Amino acid sequence: MLTKSQAKLFFLAGTIIFSLIFLALSYDTTVNQLDEITHAENLSEEAIKGRIIWDENNCMGCHTLLGEGAYYAPELTKVVERRGAGYIKGALMSPTPWGEHTSGRKMVAYGFSEEEANSLVAFFTWIGEIETNGFPAKPAYEVEKIDTEVE
Amino acid sequence: MKFKTQKIAYWFFLSALMLFSLQIIYGFIMGFAHMGMDGLHDYIPFNTARATHTNLLVVWLILGFMGAAYYIIPEESQTELYSPKLAIIQLVAFLIVGVIAIGGFHFNWWEGRKFLEIPRPLDFLVVVDVLAFMFNILMTLFKGKRQTTTAMVLTMGLLFMALLYLPGMVWFDNHTLDSFYRWYVVHLWVEGVWELIMGGILAFLLIKITGVDREVIEKWLYVIVGLTFLSGILGTGHHFYYIGVPSYWLWIGGIFSALEPFAFLGMALFAINMYRKGEKKHPNKTALQWTLGAAVVSFFGAGVLGAAHTLPGVNLYTHGTLVTAMHGHMAFWGAYAMIVFAMIAYAMPNLTGRKHYDTNITRYAFWISNVGMIGMTTAFGAAGIAQVYMERIIGIEFMQTQVEIQSHFLVLVLSATVFSIGIGLYIYNFFQYGQPTDEALIKD
Ligand code: HEM
Ligand code: HEM
Ligand SMILES: [Fe+2]
Repeated sequence: MLTKSQAKLFFLAGTIIFSLIFLALSYDTTVNQLDEITHAENLSEEAIKGRIIWDENNCMGCHTLLGEGAYYAPELTKVVERRGAGYIKGALMSPTPWGEHTSGRKMVAYGFSEEEANSLVAFFTWIGEIETNGFPAKPAYEVEKIDTEVE
Repeated sequence: MKFKTQKIAYWFFLSALMLFSLQIIYGFIMGFAHMGMDGLHDYIPFNTARATHTNLLVVWLILGFMGAAYYIIPEESQTELYSPKLAIIQLVAFLIVGVIAIGGFHFNWWEGRKFLEIPRPLDFLVVVDVLAFMFNILMTLFKGKRQTTTAMVLTMGLLFMALLYLPGMVWFDNHTLDSFYRWYVVHLWVEGVWELIMGGILAFLLIKITGVDREVIEKWLYVIVGLTFLSGILGTGHHFYYIGVPSYWLWIGGIFSALEPFAFLGMALFAINMYRKGEKKHPNKTALQWTLGAAVVSFFGAGVLGAAHTLPGVNLYTHGTLVTAMHGHMAFWGAYAMIVFAMIAYAMPNLTGRKHYDTNITRYAFWISNVGMIGMTTAFGAAGIAQVYMERIIGIEFMQTQVEIQSHFLVLVLSATVFSIGIGLYIYNFFQYGQPTDEALIKD
């Protein structure tokens, strides 16, 4: 039968071994590989500014980006590819809450300046080029494409 | 209770339950918003409601853990708490920081980092406060007459929790890098060190309630927390899959996170077996009910519902959908909310000397809240699965999909009402006990 000191050894050894492996892999990921995978060379001043705006307004509190965030508003990883810069700037610069009438949901009316909106678009463009192991998956069907009217 | 200073725990439990009530109110705001009733939008937009809901959750659970530690550590170490005064100061300071943070969320003052929205300057205050708490606990342990495994595991969990908060406080220009280290906090908390805290509390309660020999219980405690770290540390990979990392995380995260349920299964089997082995003489059936409940519901919520979407092939489609919210609710409820409830249910009669356990109210509180939570989990799950098929597989646009699944949120809000009635009864029972008193001291 297992004794208490054997159980303790199992706990301590497992913890130490797996922590070390985890730290080594984290090092490899963040130091050796991340710049290439995320195309860090394209991370412009403007894109960083966009990220700061993203952070300061907690956009992740409604949207997901890289699949992370809230489930209230659309996934934005490939938003530039999907909607184009013009549409995105429309939503960001709108003085009234942006939203579709059928869903009853509204986006906060930030009324960003042109410059701020451009920074966010630069940030989304950078995000859209990250190699994400295939996320978001391409749907198996294309049932319908709808055009939302810009007010 | 055996030591006067254990009374401090009461104020932590009281604060925890009050903040929990507030958390639920913000949950309703979001539930209605998902149904298209976003009437409060101008004052409490969705992101404010959400940050408030999840941060209150984390804050009240931590207050519950602190209260548990202030009750357990003196009793295990057989000594009075090092400094009751420091404990009160630390509680009040924690509440003030919490209120400022929550208030800030209503005025666009936050960081847009899921679960870690508290702004950086307040992070430092949180750290100082937690250090004060840890100091108090460690000093009590050192001056104590004995250092038990239960106390050590609990303390280790709390200490690692404090240390792991730090990687979340660094700014990175690269969004992927920021996310990567954010998971050091969020994942390694709930699927790592918090399980030590849960295990420690569970072991304490089982020792007290079942009367099974401490050596046996603590041996299995080591096995369980061993399994936790063996699977949970590399299991962090299940959050890395799709955020821009090397593909080796797909299989490392997949394999190890798929092992995580075994730690929770261990917890459930452990609790049930100790109960069956035990004498079944302890009169506080309410504490027993919540203790066994936590062990079983956490296995379903965290273990089973977590495993359901943890493999990369599934997660590619469910990542960032309401399927995640389904799992998040039952996991947090079963593992952490219920273990705090178990601790409160055990401590209250001992702190006050009154015996309001094993009544109709306590039984209804348990069953109604759990039935409500099962309903909520089902509603989120149905909405999430429909979302995955419509949006991710068939390719219907996000907002259109959301309109189609709105009816599930009616079920969510109705189940949440049932859940809240259960919680209301629990809190009513808490107040039946009144305040702690020295008359409740028991001499060995
Ligand atoms: C009346 C009860 C509740 C209601 C109506 C409710 C509703 C919600 C809603 C609508 C969301 C947001 C999902 C989104 O981003 O779109 C949410 C998030 C969350 N809630 Fe609740 N909730 C309730 C109680 C609870 C309880 C008791 C817990 C924990 C024990 C909890 C933990 C969470 C967590 C962890 C999240 C974040 C989930 C994620 O991002 O995956 N909630 N809740
Ligand atoms: C008590 C323990 C646990 C709690 C409190 C918990 C809570 C949560 C929460 C709140 C999230 C949402 C995080 C986010 O996307 O920002 C999440 C995500 C996730 N959890 Fe857990 N969890 C627990 C245990 C587990 C276990 C044991 C597994 C696996 C077997 C698991 C698998 C997952 C997966 C795969 C995701 C990512 C979902 C996605 O890609 O959107 N969880 N968990
Ligand atoms: Fe996780």
